[in-house]
Amino acid sequence: MDFVNAIILLLNYIFIPALTYGSQLALGAIFVTLIYGILRFANFATGDMMSFGTMMTILFTWYFQSLGVSLGVLPTALLAIPFGIIFMIIYMLLIDKFVFKYYRNQKSPPVQFAMVSIGVMFVTQAVVRIIIGPGDRRFFDGEKFIIKAREFKEITGLNEGLAIKSTQVITIFVTIVLVSLLFWFLNRTKTGKSMKAYSDNEDLALLSGIDPKKIVLVTWVIAGILATIGGALYGLDKSFKPFTYFNNMLPIFAAAIVGGIGNPFGAFLGGYVIAFSEILLTYAYKKFFMYILPESMEPNSLVQLLSTDYKFAVSFSILVIVLIYRPSGIFKGKVL
Amino acid sequence: MRKNLNVIAAYSIMMVLILMVGIFQSWNIALSIFNLCLISAVMTMGANIQWGYAGLINFGIMGYTALGGLAAVLISVDPVQEAWRAGGFDILMSLWLIVVMVLVIRFVLKRFEKSKIRTYSIAVIIISGILFIRFSAEPGIEAIEAVDPAKTGFLGGFGLPIIFSWIVGALFAGGLAFIVGKVALGLRADYLAIATLLISEIVIAIIKHEDWLTRGVKNVIGLKRPAPYEVDLQTTDWFIKLVEKFNAGKLSVIENLADRQAALNQLVIEGSSVFVKLCYSGLFLVVVIILLTLTQKALYSPWGRMMRAIRDNEEAANAMGKNVVKQHLLIFILGSAIVGIAGAMLVTQDGLFTPGSYRPMRYTFLIWVMVIVGGSGNNFGAILGGFVVWFLWIEAAPISLFLINFFTAGIPETNALKAHLIESVPYFRFLLMGLGLLFIMRYRPKGILPEKIEIK
Repeated sequence: MDFVNAIILLLNYIFIPALTYGSQLALGAIFVTLIYGILRFANFATGDMMSFGTMMTILFTWYFQSLGVSLGVLPTALLAIPFGIIFMIIYMLLIDKFVFKYYRNQKSPPVQFAMVSIGVMFVTQAVVRIIIGPGDRRFFDGEKFIIKAREFKEITGLNEGLAIKSTQVITIFVTIVLVSLLFWFLNRTKTGKSMKAYSDNEDLALLSGIDPKKIVLVTWVIAGILATIGGALYGLDKSFKPFTYFNNMLPIFAAAIVGGIGNPFGAFLGGYVIAFSEILLTYAYKKFFMYILPESMEPNSLVQLLSTDYKFAVSFSILVIVLIYRPSGIFKGKVL
Repeated sequence: MRKNLNVIAAYSIMMVLILMVGIFQSWNIALSIFNLCLISAVMTMGANIQWGYAGLINFGIMGYTALGGLAAVLISVDPVQEAWRAGGFDILMSLWLIVVMVLVIRFVLKRFEKSKIRTYSIAVIIISGILFIRFSAEPGIEAIEAVDPAKTGFLGGFGLPIIFSWIVGALFAGGLAFIVGKVALGLRADYLAIATLLISEIVIAIIKHEDWLTRGVKNVIGLKRPAPYEVDLQTTDWFIKLVEKFNAGKLSVIENLADRQAALNQLVIEGSSVFVKLCYSGLFLVVVIILLTLTQKALYSPWGRMMRAIRDNEEAANAMGKNVVKQHLLIFILGSAIVGIAGAMLVTQDGLFTPGSYRPMRYTFLIWVMVIVGGSGNNFGAILGGFVVWFLWIEAAPISLFLINFFTAGIPETNALKAHLIESVPYFRFLLMGLGLLFIMRYRPKGILPEKIEIK
């Protein structure tokens, strides 16, 4: 019985939260890696673009709520996400037309692109803050829990409760669907394959008649979908605050590089690597050991490897280690 | 003279702008803008050495700034005897253990051939070492943090004059840059940017949460000053006489003796704060001038030419027998050390150390905007960038408020859109910075004052 309790404890505090957080990071990381692989620059505006998409989703959620439209037990935001995506894509294409296109035609070095993306970051931050303000916003409605901890205890008769939030299930489900669709698109369709070819060798792809304009357009469309959904899921699960989104850029970068930048599948797994290591290393295992060890061996301290304050530092350290020992990432991305 | 005309013109415009703030807003605001402009100028000089001279991208400026600030705390605060008695021994033991760990790793690296086993054993040494140190230091740290936590709860510093911290800050930042440079300088430019950004976040996380060293988010306040205190000045005779002399014209108009005394008191209070800021301006100016002289000398020295050669064509410089890796490391350390000085200056001026306030927007990306806008590779340009961008950063809110009111003059105050816009005035500075950066990068990619190399 104690063993089952210990498993439930880990599921409740480590596995499910890490899976959710990892999914959110994974979407962002695929966004980073696609931009890197195809447009060839590190996009420092990642976090803020995600906050822009989330902001549009929130605005539409409010609009639908004012109309009285809702999805019942599901959050209204799910209905608003497609509209958010449209505005996100329009915004990205405008930015691309007025900012990035010039440097692409000039064949500027990646550093210059990175600098320009910092300009875009400032502008996007300003736009988001001017429209919706810097405050913390929650836009979740509908049923909050699928199983509450207390109900779980009553049903199973265990000491440990397992609480599953509906946002966690939605996040994991949406991520699986979206990522499978994306990989199907990249590996099976002609456009997807030409995107891969363009990423691998630009000149050769151009020679074989691939239209670069179309590739860029499709990349931004996919990026817009990923950014909006990733951002909105994070906002639903936690809350929306522009500053947090800016900060999330860092673990997202870490996930993309750990997975091997330019490699979407690596980025997808990288998100989970980062999320699990952050949570595994900062969790206090005292209760877990209390369940599985006999009473005489129970630990006195919290059995916490690092305090939770170092959550971010964990993922950054992993990144630094990967950069030193295996710069192409765990799953072989572009060679740096 | 003629070829420096644009430099002189740009700086004169900048000075006139600051003087205008003094005349229209207040001298206090003008001087605090000027002081922060000087500090920003030191930071941009550091970043400019790395980016402009050598083409190294360092997005970790925030971390070095914070280390400089930490130096100011560790130098100037009086040691907390009780905390040292409570946990000093444990902390020193941990320091020893760290030294031993580093030595062991060095030994393993020297003694054994490169192999998988060596890599893994080093990983094991590091991880078990960190775990051991963490658990062995735990009681000491807890004891230190328990010593009067509302006031101290940390080890304190050395109780020396805070000015020394400017040098120590440079050493701290240089030391960190040595480690970071050893680890990360081999990476390609944009990875170096990301790696340095993330390492600076790790530094901030440590400073924020190691309360025994820095008091963490509880902040250290009331640091010693190199300049006199306002309260003391207000009761000093020579200062009151000075203020009286300066404002003789204004004061003589007032007939009533009591009124005159009240006006004088008011002037003394204002004057004291201006005087203190002027003291800081003087100190900072000295630093800026020394650094500028040194960096200019370096730029035109054979060493500067070599750095440009490395920047423009690494392989050719390598083929000419220049040690690119070593020079990159050297310039990375030098630039970071200058940023460390700026960090210590900043904390000296504020008189407080707030680890929570170090954010990459303000301390990394804004500095980069300054370097790019001012003109990378040109020290005068970088300093000008520091002045222009900091000035706009502060004055963006009043300017945009004025513009909003101007363009919506016909719309009543109660209009929701107008009210919303006025409410979000503080965020227009981000917009201004972003647009400024984008326009400069597009239409004047070398900055306001572009790099100009004269062969002397």
